[in-house]
Amino acid sequence: MATPLLSIRDLCVSYGNITAVRGISIDVEEGQIVTLIGANGAGKSTTLRAISGLVKQTTGSIKLRDTELTALAPHSIVEAGIAHVPEGRGIFANLTVHENLMLATYCRKDRDKIPEDEERVFSMFPRLKERLWQLGGTLSGGEQQMLAVARALMMRGVIMLLDEPSMGLSPILVQEIFKTIREINQDGTTVLLVEQNANMALKTASYGYVLQTGEIALHGLSEELADDPAVRAAYLGG
Amino acid sequence: MITILLQQMLNGLQVGSVYALIALGYTMVYGILRLINFAHGDIFMISCYFGFFAACALLSNAIPTWLTFIATMMVSMLLTALVAVLIERVAYKPLRYAPKVSAVITALGIGLFLENFTLATLGPTPRGMPSLLPNVNYRLGALSLSSVQILIIIISIVLMILLDRVVQKTMTGMAMRAVSYDKTTASVMGVPVDRIISTTFAIGSAVAGAGGVLYSLAYPIINPYMGVKIGWWAFIAAVIGGIGNVRGAMLGAYILAFVEVFTPMVLPSSTYRDFVAFTVLLIVLVVRPTGLMGRVTAQKV
Repeated sequence: MATPLLSIRDLCVSYGNITAVRGISIDVEEGQIVTLIGANGAGKSTTLRAISGLVKQTTGSIKLRDTELTALAPHSIVEAGIAHVPEGRGIFANLTVHENLMLATYCRKDRDKIPEDEERVFSMFPRLKERLWQLGGTLSGGEQQMLAVARALMMRGVIMLLDEPSMGLSPILVQEIFKTIREINQDGTTVLLVEQNANMALKTASYGYVLQTGEIALHGLSEELADDPAVRAAYLGG
Repeated sequence: MITILLQQMLNGLQVGSVYALIALGYTMVYGILRLINFAHGDIFMISCYFGFFAACALLSNAIPTWLTFIATMMVSMLLTALVAVLIERVAYKPLRYAPKVSAVITALGIGLFLENFTLATLGPTPRGMPSLLPNVNYRLGALSLSSVQILIIIISIVLMILLDRVVQKTMTGMAMRAVSYDKTTASVMGVPVDRIISTTFAIGSAVAGAGGVLYSLAYPIINPYMGVKIGWWAFIAAVIGGIGNVRGAMLGAYILAFVEVFTPMVLPSSTYRDFVAFTVLLIVLVVRPTGLMGRVTAQKV
């Protein structure tokens, strides 16, 4: 088996006295969509935050190919190829849509490729082109989610981390955002998807991990997880 | 009467320009760190000393006067920026996740340190800034304006326009605005947050450094306590304009300068000007708590 693109080994993360993640190991192969599902407070977002260097691990390692990420500052982790769509979207309300997109290219060295990526983003999200000079704060929830994903595309990372992209969206928009995630994946970007909407997440991903109070309770191919009686009972509504 | 009014407006523009250059430092640092850098007035004072020593060193050489002036400005801006970046690294950065009040107290402490350090090393005797440029007086009808006055106004306005462009149009300026809105997300976008904060301190203080040299051209007496009054006035200017807002700081500075020059014309003594200035501040804060150009932002919990 080839070495995974992203490999997390025995990761532990604590906030003060509270241990949020207790020794988890996750592999993401290149070209896959892998999902992390679980209830509120299971440690899903914390895992993504640890990958991005926003929280420091107590023990464990996170490797992107051969680069150990745990020693790097958040902006260097972006440079290494991680594109994180944070929980709650993290749109800069005081910046225009265009500025939000351009900011995501801050540490890119291949400046000449940026217009090309911009075109790709606009063809994917024509709505953003219409809103280009509006402030980020004036966008609707769905548009903000599009902008958050578009921004991650502008970073041109090798792997995209998505933290609850369906949160707060109408069922139609949820369908749309998952369709977009599949498109992005087909274009060659590996995806690590954190979701509470386990149903949609397992339909979209090829492999899944079930997190329970900071530990991996189960993992396996998405279809298998979707058929698992325990998963069905706990996350898929029976 | 018209002549006096115009003359005072000209003086107001001159004073306001210097206030604006200092107010920008307050407003930029507040914008990015939500920290009122109470040491900023003393950083201005330090910049005047840098200007003084640079001018003394350069004047002994046979360099054209305009070159001496530009070099003095550059030296003062550069050294002031260095000092400010050093202060940020040593004193403020360790407190970034501490309660805000700790950082504010530290800022007050740094201000006192700068005053007393200057007092201890350079003594209380005021220094006289050598005149770098020949001060020519022009008469425009009944108006009199000096070359120094024109220079201060023009250089200040050019610097302000330049700074505004940097903040609005460059990648660094964009990153500054992003960091000011949400540091965590900015870092996830690949913005080196610490470097952007240092850059903000450097730019804000370099501009104050330019203000220091220009101020000492007009009022050539330098002493360790000169930063206190000017620092407070610039701070009030930033608050009136809406602290955190670059254009607001400029507007506030000119409003305050006009208060300063027009108060003695209306009220019997110039000592009333603090009273008038603080009254303006209070009225602005009552009517618009976020300042004239400040926006209401939701407090993040």
